Amino acid sequence: MSIDARTGPAPSPTGPLSQIDYSERIPNNVNLNGDRRLQRALEGWQPKFLDWWRQLGPSLPTKDVYLRTAVAVGRDGWAHFEHVPMEEYRWGIFLAEADPDRVISFGKHRGEPAWQEVPGEHRADLMRLIVVQGDTEPASVEQQRVLGSTAPSIYDMRNLFQVNVEEGRHLWAMVYLLHAYFGREGRDEAEQLLKRNSGDLDSPRILGAFNEATTDWLQFFMFTYFTDRDGKFQLGTLKESAFDPLARTCEFMLKEEAHHMFVGTTGVQRTVERTAEVMKENGGAAAFEQGVIPLTVIQKYLNFQFSVSMDLFGSERSTNAGNYYSSGLKGRWMETRRKDDHELLEDTREMSFVEDGKIATTTVPMLSALNLDLRDEYVADCANGVRRWNQALEDAGLEERLLLPHEGFNRKVGVYAGQPVSPEGEVLDAETHAARIDSWLPSEQDRKAVADLMVPQYELGKFASWIAPPSSGINDQPVEFDYVHLAEEGLA
Amino acid sequence: MTITDSTLSDHAGREDQGPADQVAVSLPVVTFAISPERYRHWSLEVDGEIATATLRVDEQGGLVPGYELKMNSYDLGVDIELYDLVQRVRFEHPGVKAVVMTGGLDRMFCAGANIRMLAQSTHGWKVNFCKFTNETRNGIEDATAHSGQTWVAALNGTAAGGGYELALACDQIVLIDDGSSTVSLPEVPLLGVLPGTGGLTRVVDKRFVRKDRADLFATKSEGYRGATAVEWGLVDATVPRNAFADEVRRRASEAAARSTRPSDAEGVTLTALDRRDGGDRITYPHVSATIDRVRRVAEITVSGPDAPPPADAAGVLAQGAAYWPLAMTRALDDLILHLRTNELDIGTWVLRTSGVQELVLAHDAQLTELADDWFVREVTLYYKRTLKRLDVTSRSLVAVIDPGTAFVGLLLELALAADRQYMLDGVYEDVDPDAAPATIRITPSNLGAYPMGNGLTRLASRFWGHPDQLAAAGARVGSDLDAATATDAGLVTLALDDIDFEDELRIVLEERASLSPDALTGMEANHRFVGPETLETKIFGRLTAWQNWIFLRPNAAGPDGALRRYGSGQKGDYDLKRV
Repeated sequence: MSIDARTGPAPSPTGPLSQIDYSERIPNNVNLNGDRRLQRALEGWQPKFLDWWRQLGPSLPTKDVYLRTAVAVGRDGWAHFEHVPMEEYRWGIFLAEADPDRVISFGKHRGEPAWQEVPGEHRADLMRLIVVQGDTEPASVEQQRVLGSTAPSIYDMRNLFQVNVEEGRHLWAMVYLLHAYFGREGRDEAEQLLKRNSGDLDSPRILGAFNEATTDWLQFFMFTYFTDRDGKFQLGTLKESAFDPLARTCEFMLKEEAHHMFVGTTGVQRTVERTAEVMKENGGAAAFEQGVIPLTVIQKYLNFQFSVSMDLFGSERSTNAGNYYSSGLKGRWMETRRKDDHELLEDTREMSFVEDGKIATTTVPMLSALNLDLRDEYVADCANGVRRWNQALEDAGLEERLLLPHEGFNRKVGVYAGQPVSPEGEVLDAETHAARIDSWLPSEQDRKAVADLMVPQYELGKFASWIAPPSSGINDQPVEFDYVHLAEEGLA
Repeated sequence: MTITDSTLSDHAGREDQGPADQVAVSLPVVTFAISPERYRHWSLEVDGEIATATLRVDEQGGLVPGYELKMNSYDLGVDIELYDLVQRVRFEHPGVKAVVMTGGLDRMFCAGANIRMLAQSTHGWKVNFCKFTNETRNGIEDATAHSGQTWVAALNGTAAGGGYELALACDQIVLIDDGSSTVSLPEVPLLGVLPGTGGLTRVVDKRFVRKDRADLFATKSEGYRGATAVEWGLVDATVPRNAFADEVRRRASEAAARSTRPSDAEGVTLTALDRRDGGDRITYPHVSATIDRVRRVAEITVSGPDAPPPADAAGVLAQGAAYWPLAMTRALDDLILHLRTNELDIGTWVLRTSGVQELVLAHDAQLTELADDWFVREVTLYYKRTLKRLDVTSRSLVAVIDPGTAFVGLLLELALAADRQYMLDGVYEDVDPDAAPATIRITPSNLGAYPMGNGLTRLASRFWGHPDQLAAAGARVGSDLDAATATDAGLVTLALDDIDFEDELRIVLEERASLSPDALTGMEANHRFVGPETLETKIFGRLTAWQNWIFLRPNAAGPDGALRRYGSGQKGDYDLKRV
């Protein structure tokens, strides 16, 4: 090694040396190099994360996958694509670019500078919000781990794995916050995120929808459409947070989340297209025997996933949500574009509920109904996709349409919990409701029939019988591109 | 005029003035440093083994404008003098073995706390006033119990309310038998509040008055004269005027004869405290405090001694008020009182110690070795009382144990008194990587010299219900305990390394500052005093909590409440619902 004559030899390093240069391995824009706390966080946590990924990540053995990796946060070129073995995926830590003049845009601290550190007063609440958000990220990976072996195409398999690694990265993002800002308690919570497992009776994931197994690809598409969309809206409220690192983290996560929405929207759409094609040929309903999923079953899947996702928003009336808002922890969707005082102390809104067997409305303080406010935004967004799917039916010259069920249908949380509301929004008597439930929600039989259709199609450019090919490939690659290279044992 | 009017009304003849206005008076900064030449209300006369403390309140000597201290009624200023007197008679007069407390007015011992003062005071002022006066009365009992200095109340006239409670703090009570003087607790019937300085508790728990009689007593505003008072146990004797002085003298002499205090020792003068107050920075030799008003935190540092202790008892006595344990205790005592009374917004106290551990340990060992010496004993007892003051302080206490701190022996008690203990595991790598990591040490003094109000040591309180852990801690006497060992021994809340330490502490303090101060006061008081009830825990817990509730109720403090209306000619107009 040459020694500069002017400066002499470099001083020997002092203190414990990390075995791995994490700043090299982990793309980041959080000055990983210069932060001892983060260094240690990653040293302790990364091996545990990899263990978790090996045990509960995608079960289908692959050599490598054509994946998008976040490498920056700028407007142009924030990600690049290449074939990488999933275990070597470079899960990075990215916060959206900082705005040094950012001020809090709502609540009682409105107009004050955004917080760069966690205020002690809000530590418990902020940590809880981050833990709940963080818990959902690995949960969906666990829920979807076996889907690779029934992928309808290599293209779809790649999208599944892309969603999986990005959920993993979102976990990293939340873990980064826990490690960097919440001290030892934060590190404990970060470890718990890997210890809870979806569907585990002893140690389940925090939110119910994340303990339901993803049994088939239709459910996966519905999940990415409806449930990931809940995630998008939650991230949208956290993006407004007065706690700037959380806001910047979530802002960047939203960018990736858009791909998951894309997978869901187009996945359902392609399923509908294929079914519509057969229906058109039949001049009537399509059946499982024809290798497609009947539209009625698609509707049932939709009913199910929409209603369980609605539950994720929590109770319509929530003191916590109001407190989070007033304290500046969690804003509203598109907070800065709203035209009001951003404090809402005097505002009210209407809320529907079931009274005497009918749907009635009552006026409630806006601050107590922010979960409902967010859910309404979500429902409006969900309706867009449904319109798109119906367009496919219309294009095929069909009369049938898919519908979003009523907000009160099949609810387990909030004012509609346990109420016998039909998808059309009629309040029925309990017996009628119970008798008709199988016509609204997928029955065991339906799920089994769908599962029977789920035969893998690993030939490049080929698609399973129940789903139409996409109009184009990923990153300008052709549809038949070799998106995934399976490991030898995966092919067996 | 009835007896009650004359005893309780501090403004007899001033009925033209309506009830006091609660908001008009701005509170002064209260200083607790005083010395006998500046007393306006109390005087001390020493005659061999017996001293006499006489209360003759200067009516115009109120601490705050707006009331006159008639009928030997008192306010905080009067009690600050009493506290000073009790301290000085212990330290400056080793030969005094009994103290007679009496009144300097004709046929009037003391009418208790000044009602007009109470009526015009804010809630916080009343609460602080009661706390301090209670501590002083406990100090009087401590002198009787542990210093060989027995207090005898010579009630030369009526003792009403707080006046009778002063007497109750004494070991014996002699009431003059003049056909009119009484003892009474008229707070409930006249003022709609409780006797605030332990009267109810001491009547049943110390003087063993039957509860039905105690009930009669505490609801009969004029109280009871001598014969009944003796029969029920409210006083020990009642004697006609001509025999009164002799009887008091006889009892005082008898008590003195039982005392172990030396007859020929030289006292230690409690010289003026060297206190520098820069507003946000208060320093004494061995104690300092920095106030952060934004974070509402006081950072308190207690420093160890600069030199080894003197060789023997004579050397200790020669150092007198400069003897480190005494100087440190006096400063800490004064600081606690100052912050408690004058800095109400500063809700969290962060406690640190500094200095050379060996020197602290040498003094700690000396206090144990020379425990039979009267002066050393007084120092230990004083430190014990000061720690108790900390225990009942309504502030969140957080001890920070990091390199350079000296939480060993008697100073470890400060950490144990805190609600939480945070210890740095290792050193501050970026500040001083070569520093020695912090250690703490238990010594024999932690096992009995400084009991809390519940009668237990702070270690025993900490490990209440876990005798094995208490025994294990006791087995660690004399060893330096680093962060890991201290955590293992259950002596610290959290040990964190330097990467987390400062941020954790910041967040903890911010979090604390965001919680309701009232809820914190209640919560801390509940957690600090585990185990058995004692007179002290009942007074600071049961009595104080009820009293403070009553102080907030309209029946006492509302515009039509009894306390506010007292002296207006109207009785309190009560909301009659029982709650």
